[in-house]
Amino acid sequence: MLQVGLTHFLIISAVLFSLGIYGIVTRKNAVMVLMGIELVLNAANINFVAFSKFGNFGLGGQVIALFVIVLAAAEAAIALAIVLNIYKTFSNVNVDEIDHLKE
Amino acid sequence: MANTNLYQSLSLIVPEIVLTIALLVLVTADLIFHKDKKSIPFVALAGILLTGYFTLIQIGNYGFAFQTSASAFKHYGMFASDPFSIFFKVIVIVSSLLIVFFSFSSDEIQKITDRIGEYYALIFGMILGMYFMISATDLILIYLSLELLSLSSYVLSGFTKLRDRDSEAALKYLLYGAVSSGLMLFGISLIYGLTGSTNLYIINSLIQSPDVNLFTLAFAVILIFAGIGYKISSAPFHFWTPDVYEGAPITITAFLSVASKAAGFALLIRFVKTTFVSYTDPNGMWQLINVFDWKTLLISISILTMTLGNFSALWQDNLKRMLAYSSIAHAGYILLGLVVFSDQGLKAIFIYFAVYMLMNLGAFLIVMLIANKIGSEEIDDYNGLGFTSPFLGVAFTIFLISLTGLPPTAGFIGKLYLFIALVDAKMIAVAVIALLNSVVSLYYYVRVLKHMYLTSPTKDTPAVSASLPNTILVSALVLATLVFGLYFSPVVDAAESSLFILGL
Repeated sequence: MLQVGLTHFLIISAVLFSLGIYGIVTRKNAVMVLMGIELVLNAANINFVAFSKFGNFGLGGQVIALFVIVLAAAEAAIALAIVLNIYKTFSNVNVDEIDHLKE
Repeated sequence: MANTNLYQSLSLIVPEIVLTIALLVLVTADLIFHKDKKSIPFVALAGILLTGYFTLIQIGNYGFAFQTSASAFKHYGMFASDPFSIFFKVIVIVSSLLIVFFSFSSDEIQKITDRIGEYYALIFGMILGMYFMISATDLILIYLSLELLSLSSYVLSGFTKLRDRDSEAALKYLLYGAVSSGLMLFGISLIYGLTGSTNLYIINSLIQSPDVNLFTLAFAVILIFAGIGYKISSAPFHFWTPDVYEGAPITITAFLSVASKAAGFALLIRFVKTTFVSYTDPNGMWQLINVFDWKTLLISISILTMTLGNFSALWQDNLKRMLAYSSIAHAGYILLGLVVFSDQGLKAIFIYFAVYMLMNLGAFLIVMLIANKIGSEEIDDYNGLGFTSPFLGVAFTIFLISLTGLPPTAGFIGKLYLFIALVDAKMIAVAVIALLNSVVSLYYYVRVLKHMYLTSPTKDTPAVSASLPNTILVSALVLATLVFGLYFSPVVDAAESSLFILGL
């Protein structure tokens, strides 16, 4: 029978991380970029929890994951407020079209 | 975690406690005095002065707060109060004080008096984040304080909402910042997996064993450097800097360019010094754990940073944008102080930061005062200003000469100590490249002076005069820039007494 071990969790987190980076790099919509960032943060969370469970490091990693979840929520709140503000001024949220500052 | 030393820990974080109380008082005062908000800036000023006082009386009270429960590392904590942190905290609090003074007379801030309470509360959030960042010796505290600083500054960079470019600056800052802090967190998670700890001292002792997977460690460290490099705006994580500096309100731009950068550098130095130095050899050189070729990597980053900053600044027509590129270049110079990997380099960084704070804030203050009057930061609008507003013109000249690094200004002393450190470490080629870079920077600083003095004023050239408080502020900064250029032993002494980083 297949035992689910540390490697499986690490592979999932690596895949999530790569998908997150891919989303950040390729998506134009600011909200999609933010979703990519959430994927990266959650990949790190999976790492923390998996390491703390399989490495016998105590509960430290799981507590860190809780901290990160709270922080990701705060960041999403601020990010969406800023994106909303962008939508009000520019009537779109495409990061490549918002470039008034370039010269 | 058993905290047997809770009272001692609390006595070590008194400045941070005062800051938190001041933040809460500000938010409450904003709610109570919602009709007349004239008193809010003074509440903020009092909070900063109090914090500064408590920071200064921390001198001599050193140690680790919130020590770990791991028995082998009983005396290492997640927060270090040491001379090194006090120096950077003083830099941060002095620049915060100046930023509050700037905000009194900034036109942009005067237009948002109904939200002034939130403005100062967010500035206090930034200061609190920087304070913890400077002292943090635990990767999670580092991450949390970095995010506290970042989240407050995202909001502040788009706070005024007077023009389209404000919200654009906020969005760019947010996207770059969130990505790099996400990368940093992933790096932290890998280090946690390798060592089972987030405490820098425990990590240091564990990665010295030969059976650590160096490839994973190097990958994790590079990811963490992405987060720190973004804060100090070093290449290749500097892309946000010009846009954010140009779009943000000028008080916030000045604050980001000095305080936020100081906190980032403090974090970088502490991270490298406590995590990767295995021993200090008799010549005073730090010997680093061979994760990768530290010297080559950091030298190439700093040369890339200063060259990119200086050469991009050549083509800028907006002064805020030019100062943004110039601050990137200065980050490159300061990074060279770390590359030396010795206490001498550290001393050079301290001196450089003290003078950089004075001259950079001075330059931003002049740009702000002129923008208050003419409503623009374009270099073409400065034509002839040197004749119509002689006081500000002369002050600006002194700040720009100091930023270039020419005697008799303080900027020269900063560069001098940096180059001496480099030459003593036998890195003459690097010193020459940095010197050539300074020559390039002369061009774009002097270009401003050319517009101010070599173009005759027309009838439309406005005469910008500073109010009395601003005249005092500008004179004080000019005086400090000149005095520290000639009589610099106080700065050097302060830097020398602040070299000690708690730990190994």
